[in-house]
Amino acid sequence: MSATPFIVLSAILFTIGCVGVLTRRNAIVVFMCIELMLNASNLALITFARVHGNLDGQIAAFFVMVVAAAEVVVGLAIIMTIFRTRRTASVDDASLLKY
Amino acid sequence: MIGFWVLAPLMVAAALGILFTRKAVHAALLLAVVMIGLAVMYALQDAPFLFAVQIIVYTGAILMLFLFVLMLVGVDASDSVVETLKGQRLMASAVGLLFGTTLVVGVAQVSVGAVTGLEEANTGGNVPALAQLLFSRYVFAFEATSALLITAVIGAMVLAHRERLTPKLTQADRAAQRMRDYAAHGLHPGPLPVPGVFARHNAVDTPALLPDGTVSELSISRVLAARGTVRSAPELADDIEKLSEQIRGEEQE
Repeated sequence: MSATPFIVLSAILFTIGCVGVLTRRNAIVVFMCIELMLNASNLALITFARVHGNLDGQIAAFFVMVVAAAEVVVGLAIIMTIFRTRRTASVDDASLLKY
Repeated sequence: MIGFWVLAPLMVAAALGILFTRKAVHAALLLAVVMIGLAVMYALQDAPFLFAVQIIVYTGAILMLFLFVLMLVGVDASDSVVETLKGQRLMASAVGLLFGTTLVVGVAQVSVGAVTGLEEANTGGNVPALAQLLFSRYVFAFEATSALLITAVIGAMVLAHRERLTPKLTQADRAAQRMRDYAAHGLHPGPLPVPGVFARHNAVDTPALLPDGTVSELSISRVLAARGTVRSAPELADDIEKLSEQIRGEEQE
């Protein structure tokens, strides 16, 4: 089966994640949208691995998953620390560095 | 191919749902739908190992982590609708739409060439082939991954750890505090009154009645009071008079 539908789906999911990062205020939802973008790029990597007939794309997707897991752990710990001190998970309220 | 056309609209709908739901928990559950859909996409494209990893790592571990943090932060914490920057939401949507259209149109017009397929690369099985690559050509990246994971673990521990600033209260301390409160403010040192027990309702959302018929505020949980799900005790007891009138009427007959 052709590769184009998969690539288009990946592009659509990436765009949705992108808009989510720009519009949502809750830091956790922003994080979920980042995960969505990473997953969309994984789909493109795996599709191109099939197109080219070698497994390098799948290895790249595997490393993306590892990095995403590490990133989520640290990111959620940061969100929790901010929530503990400021009682909010909104990205607009964490603006102490501005002043 | 049928699998793709069934799943793709579902996944796009779920992803759009993440943008529009107010509650973060709903967003997390919709993200789970998208991720399971993606796992099936991987399986469709001859990547059985990544299919399993996607299910176990993403839907199993990462989404559970999201849900745990949502629980700690408070499930009710929903997005504020106040715009800090004027027109930001509208402009972001417009830019996103533009970006998406450009990307989709561009990608759809590019011809990626004939699909080679992974039959040849997967001859000895997908997992052995991946392992062969991972431990030969990508072995340094793999080693670097271990450093990354250890850094992440230490980072999470440092960020989540909290020093205790005051000594922990023991049972004896609490008892002494209760007696001090009783001496100073006259607060009742015993346990709080239990919720009301009626013939029909002994649930925790029914407040107890004091001897004079008023409601005891102490007998219901503050959480239930804040949610507004407390039943009105006098209303529940109202039909007692009606019933006793009926009984009296039957007796007269």
